[in-house]
Amino acid sequence: MPVADLTPELALLIGAVMIVLGAAFLPHARQGWLAGAALVTLTIALGAVVVQWPAAPSLTFSGVWILDAPASLAKLVILGSGALAVAMSPDWMRSDPRHGEYYALCLFALLGAVVMAAAGDSMELLLGVLLSSAASYPLVAYHRGFAPALEAGMKYFLIGALANALLCVGVVMLFGLVGDTDYRVLAAFLAQSDRLVLSVAVGCVILGLAFKLAAFPAHAWMPDVAQAAPAPVAAMLSVAPKVGAALALARLVALLPGEQGLWLVALVSAVTMTLGNLAALRQVDVRRLLGWSSVSQSGYALMAVAVIGRAEGAVSALLVFLVAYALANLAAFAVVTHLRGRTDLADYRGLARAQPLAAVVLIVAMLSLVGIPPLVGFFGKFLLFEATLAADHAWLAIVAALNTLVSLYYYLRVAAVMVFTRPTGPVAVLGGHSRLAMLAGGVGIVASALLMELLLGASGVVMLPLPS
Amino acid sequence: MLTVALFAPLLGALPLALNSRWSAAQARWIAVVASGASLLALALAWLTFDPAGPLFQHVDEVQWVPSLGMAYRVGVDGIALAVATMSAVLFVAAVVYPFDTRGEARQYYAWLLFLHGVSLGVFLALDLLMFYVCFDLTLVGMYFLIGRWGHGDPQLAAFKFFLYTFAGSLALLLGIIGLYLALETPTFDMRAIIEQQPLAGRGTYASLVFLAMMVGLAVKTPLVPVHTWLPQAHVDAPGPASAILAGVLLKMGTYGMIRLPLAMLGETFSRFALPVAVLALVAILYGALVALGQTNLKRRIAYTSINHMGYTVLGIAVAASLIGGHDEARRLALTGATVEMVAHGLITGSLFLISGSLWQRSGDYAMARYGGLARRAPQLTALTVLAAFASLGMPGLAGFVAEFQVFTGTFAVYPWLAVLGVLGIVITAALFLDLLWRLFFGRLPEHLAHFPDLNRIEIGVLGVLALGVVAIGVAPHFLLEVVEASASLLAGGR
Repeated sequence: MPVADLTPELALLIGAVMIVLGAAFLPHARQGWLAGAALVTLTIALGAVVVQWPAAPSLTFSGVWILDAPASLAKLVILGSGALAVAMSPDWMRSDPRHGEYYALCLFALLGAVVMAAAGDSMELLLGVLLSSAASYPLVAYHRGFAPALEAGMKYFLIGALANALLCVGVVMLFGLVGDTDYRVLAAFLAQSDRLVLSVAVGCVILGLAFKLAAFPAHAWMPDVAQAAPAPVAAMLSVAPKVGAALALARLVALLPGEQGLWLVALVSAVTMTLGNLAALRQVDVRRLLGWSSVSQSGYALMAVAVIGRAEGAVSALLVFLVAYALANLAAFAVVTHLRGRTDLADYRGLARAQPLAAVVLIVAMLSLVGIPPLVGFFGKFLLFEATLAADHAWLAIVAALNTLVSLYYYLRVAAVMVFTRPTGPVAVLGGHSRLAMLAGGVGIVASALLMELLLGASGVVMLPLPS
Repeated sequence: MLTVALFAPLLGALPLALNSRWSAAQARWIAVVASGASLLALALAWLTFDPAGPLFQHVDEVQWVPSLGMAYRVGVDGIALAVATMSAVLFVAAVVYPFDTRGEARQYYAWLLFLHGVSLGVFLALDLLMFYVCFDLTLVGMYFLIGRWGHGDPQLAAFKFFLYTFAGSLALLLGIIGLYLALETPTFDMRAIIEQQPLAGRGTYASLVFLAMMVGLAVKTPLVPVHTWLPQAHVDAPGPASAILAGVLLKMGTYGMIRLPLAMLGETFSRFALPVAVLALVAILYGALVALGQTNLKRRIAYTSINHMGYTVLGIAVAASLIGGHDEARRLALTGATVEMVAHGLITGSLFLISGSLWQRSGDYAMARYGGLARRAPQLTALTVLAAFASLGMPGLAGFVAEFQVFTGTFAVYPWLAVLGVLGIVITAALFLDLLWRLFFGRLPEHLAHFPDLNRIEIGVLGVLALGVVAIGVAPHFLLEVVEASASLLAGGR
């Protein structure tokens, strides 16, 4: 067995186990050290991903594990977002009596997302989704004395249980159709299988992954989690599982014979972005607003999935968009964390004067989410539009453009409150760690736009082609 | 040179945005220096521009995203040079012009400089994507300028402005992508696209791309019926920002029409030339008539902008019509459209600066609350009269040169449109005379008894703009030579 191929994943696993052990023995006051341990683990994993960057796409571990450039890039995003979230956490968790295990749960959740991104086998995909979900539920409800957090955790868990069950059904049906779970075998035999059963199976799988993506109809947890979960957790959960799930969905859709499933994804995409935007319009709570906006952004990401195989640049567009989205969302939640999780829109009055740095980063993040050039979000949307137009899905591009317009409204509303009003009182902030994380997010948004060529180069390599 | 012109203001904006120690006066000085440097660079570019040379000159190129065919590319033809230099003049004027920054001089000048840089970016870009990037960034700059330093209901005005024009730019973006996908080798290099004419003879697809682009640019211009964002944005914006909005930002729409549809989709545009020309005629008449009905000074000037941009669009549409044997007329129309852009920038720029001065003195735009200022403020009166006369097309001033060329060109191609369009000039004359009458003659209301005349800086700025207006009117040669060279290359006739 080529164990070296799994270095990043093994690093995460070993790190998480060591953190659990450490949390059991370290006294309360020193639990914060484990954040450092988690960061070291993530750095090792990141380094391993860079070192093993695949020259050519390949399969490993009897073909269940995909090593290709998209997977590596997705791992970088997932691990990077995890690192940023962990970096924000010690300040946030300082008052929590025990929080060592928190970092282990973070690493497990990230491991689940990584597995999703690299899965070349539907059983393994299921494993990744379940691991990521199971580790995320307790993270959301980590502040167990805080009723809204418990409610969010409960909602997350219930929706997740249903969606994961459906995913399981879908995977089992695929297995029933073909007699194997390996993607290569699926790709080869799905074309001859029963259309009706295949449709149901694909529908179930898409629904199951829609939960991880926070896409319609399994999106309802996202605003609650964004509002009530610990802010660093919200940052991580709005990014890491989505990246993994989007890539997993792209791989699965690419397997399907003909146009099967594509129209469903296109439809889900259009509905998701519209629904998320319309719901975000009326929010007076910045964290809920970010949650809904993150739902709508999932809709955009699905645009690329819907044209996979029909437009050359689809995978590349998907990855660039995900990177852009991850950076912007992390930066936005980093600001929220830095401001001690303040959530009411009215509390953001005059922030541009009271905390100029936080206001600037939040505005830059939001402008990037809208897609104002030359921020990285613009390139993401540009490539998405290009791919959908190239695949003759002009209607989807127009729906997305109209949605972008709607989204401008609520992002600008936050910007206007911060810039055009006077502060009502002093603004409390968290500390050095969160300030650094916030700054890193802001710089990342601008820098990645300037280094777009590098990013395109990394994502430009095609996804592992499967024999059909 | 062009790179200097583009980045000097941006580099000036950076320290202003970051450093919080400077006083208002220091901030102002930095802004003047940065803005002035940009103007100087453009002046140099003008002096070394060779009218007999190739279409695009002073080209600079740095790769940015080669795999998409995107790069930092700047360069000018005569049309871009004329419009960019006029913009730089107007920006220097707006920076120098006295304005109450409400204790936030640093931020105000930083935004103004930022806007200066990205606006020039639109006119100087030779890369389609860079054009779009700068096109969108101007919205961000203007949004904060209106929202923070405007009056009335500035946040709503700023928001409306952003939303409408961003809708336009999304349509433009879809059009640009449509064009990009039709290219054989993907690139955003404008020179390559102009050369390839990728959509010539491509039927419906070409029409859709053209319409998407045209809608986007028409919103920015603004052309009736997508002009509705303009009046409120103008009325609630601070004086210098209004001057920039009318003088520079509106030009991006018409300049874009010359650069994108006319140059890159010439064949498609020719099929739509007549409808666009008719729309321009509607804008001319509608803008003039609605302006006549306004009682608010700024609103009236704002609507005359719709009317004047109508002349420009008319000229561009005529230039696009490929009706055989009219090369000379089409060249004339295109030159006229460009001169109109420059003239309108200078004239309306000064009119809005003047209304800014009136606001600072009395806090009112209602023309009914003014009167008899001619005796109280003779210098203000003289400069306003000059600007108004230039705007209504008095011979010997800039507006006349432009309108004459546009209408002569139009007359050769669409005679009846020209005849109807001239009506617009009559109405404009009526409304400006009425405006002058209401502000400066008649009885002086009591609350204006101590109305101060313009101060020296204001006179200086308005004087320089007026000088430009007169110079173009009396000796247009220096401008025409540069513009005509490029117009001939684009519209034929050479």
